[in-house]
Amino acid sequence: MASRYGSLHRRIIVAKQSFINRISSRRIFTWPPTLYLLLFVAIPIVLMLITSFNSPNEDGGQRVLDFTGENYHRIAADDAMLKLFAQSFVYAVVTTTLCLLLAYPLALIIARSSKKWRGVLLLLAILPFWSHLLVRIHAWMIILNPQAGLSMAINSFFALFGIEPVSLLFSPFAVLTGLVYVHLPLMILPLYANLEKHDPALLDAAQDCGANAWQRFWQITFPLSLSGIYAGAALVFILTFGAFAVPDLLGGADGNMIGNAISQQFLFTRDRAFGSALAMVLMVLAIGLIGLVALFARGRRYG
Amino acid sequence: MAKRGLGKWTIWSGIVVYVFLYFPLAIVAVHSFKESSPNTEWFGFTTKWYNILFQNEQVVTAATHSLIIAFVSSLVSTTLGTLAGMALSRYKLRLLPALLLAPIAAPEILIAVSLLLFFVVLDVTLGRVSIILAHVAFCIFVVALIVRSRLTSVDGNLVEAARDLGATPIQAFAQVTLPLIMPGIFAGALLAFAFSINDFVITFFAGGPSATTLPVKLYTMMKTGATPEVSAISTVLTLLTFLLFVIAYKMSPGLLRHNR
Repeated sequence: MASRYGSLHRRIIVAKQSFINRISSRRIFTWPPTLYLLLFVAIPIVLMLITSFNSPNEDGGQRVLDFTGENYHRIAADDAMLKLFAQSFVYAVVTTTLCLLLAYPLALIIARSSKKWRGVLLLLAILPFWSHLLVRIHAWMIILNPQAGLSMAINSFFALFGIEPVSLLFSPFAVLTGLVYVHLPLMILPLYANLEKHDPALLDAAQDCGANAWQRFWQITFPLSLSGIYAGAALVFILTFGAFAVPDLLGGADGNMIGNAISQQFLFTRDRAFGSALAMVLMVLAIGLIGLVALFARGRRYG
Repeated sequence: MAKRGLGKWTIWSGIVVYVFLYFPLAIVAVHSFKESSPNTEWFGFTTKWYNILFQNEQVVTAATHSLIIAFVSSLVSTTLGTLAGMALSRYKLRLLPALLLAPIAAPEILIAVSLLLFFVVLDVTLGRVSIILAHVAFCIFVVALIVRSRLTSVDGNLVEAARDLGATPIQAFAQVTLPLIMPGIFAGALLAFAFSINDFVITFFAGGPSATTLPVKLYTMMKTGATPEVSAISTVLTLLTFLLFVIAYKMSPGLLRHNR
């Protein structure tokens, strides 16, 4: 009896010890990155939320905390800002769609290629993502330059029909091209990750049942890849909705997006309260729209 | 293979997309060797832009600053990212994954201006330190991701054996786990370095107008036009980051597969 109690007692001590060890190592691993990210990601965003409710000021200095919805009223009443939000939304939707159309065949080819080629093809598809954002924008500044071959060819073609010459650079077209080019790899990766997991036996079975290539794609591959599509589309949509560098460098007067307006408030107008409010609206819209799509998708899948 | 082979159209559109991905980068490289700066003549070949580049003191200083920033950011984020990767693979966490993903998946302008606001309110001088603090915030993610994927291939029995033989958790980590995941950590460090070098938007805002870093210098040069000199910087930069990525990929081939 005594020995049984003794061994039980010892087991409790051992369990306690290992529990303490686990808790302490859990703290060692979890706390430093969590605290760092709380300080430099979460707190700045909370600070921005608070600032967005401050009254607008032009001097950019410190001020007494107050609480007002004035900045949000200003956005709602400002047609130019609303137009920028709408314009950014259109850019983001079109970019996401084009990225999806371009990325899908590529991801499919990589996923269906032999083991030997897969690594190389995937590397080739992702590598451009690792060139500098400004380099990729600069590339399109060269290509779309009015004096470069492409613009010359298009404008001399237009001249045949008496159409006024157009500027490819500093136009909505340039912004769209830049956005698609910059974000394309972000669509390829989640799509590929999804397509790679598909069981090839499904396609074989469908073929044996007489389904042609078109039917096999729309009834098997495509529905199975929906979660990959949502992941890639959400990522590209959120990132393009808040794009700053691409419209800033490739867009002209009518190629602006909301990101430019936010940077304007912080760098030039120095109205940080209004800028913060714009940024909060951007965040809520981007995340809210993605959330809506996700809800809709879930409802369709299980409903 | 032939049975579930892809149609001709799929293959061709794939090839077109590959061309679309690389053609602009090739143009930049060609442009950097172009003779004259008015864009009318395409034929002269010269390496003078590279000479001008390396003699341009502002560019060299800016590049040096960026390399220092990338090195320190990579060091700090590798430490924090390794801990985060361990934490993710061991425990079911909610807060940490969300915090890791936030700076990558949120609109970049939002993270950038919120950090600017944060530094201004705390009266932190904008410059190299504030840039490094900001860069670490988004570099931790890439290290954590790779370390976690590397950890899935580590045999848990080895750690348990070490613990049975009397190693403390810290000893077991330092002498068993750490050497096994070292290639992953190194690959993560390289990618964090590339992430930091490649960033523009956050550097632009968190660094303030006076910080001279390569991306900000490039941006000011690009505002005045697409010169061959910008192309020369671009080509050097692209080769550097591609090299970093290919080395990291060789060291830890799983890094693409477990991404997201």
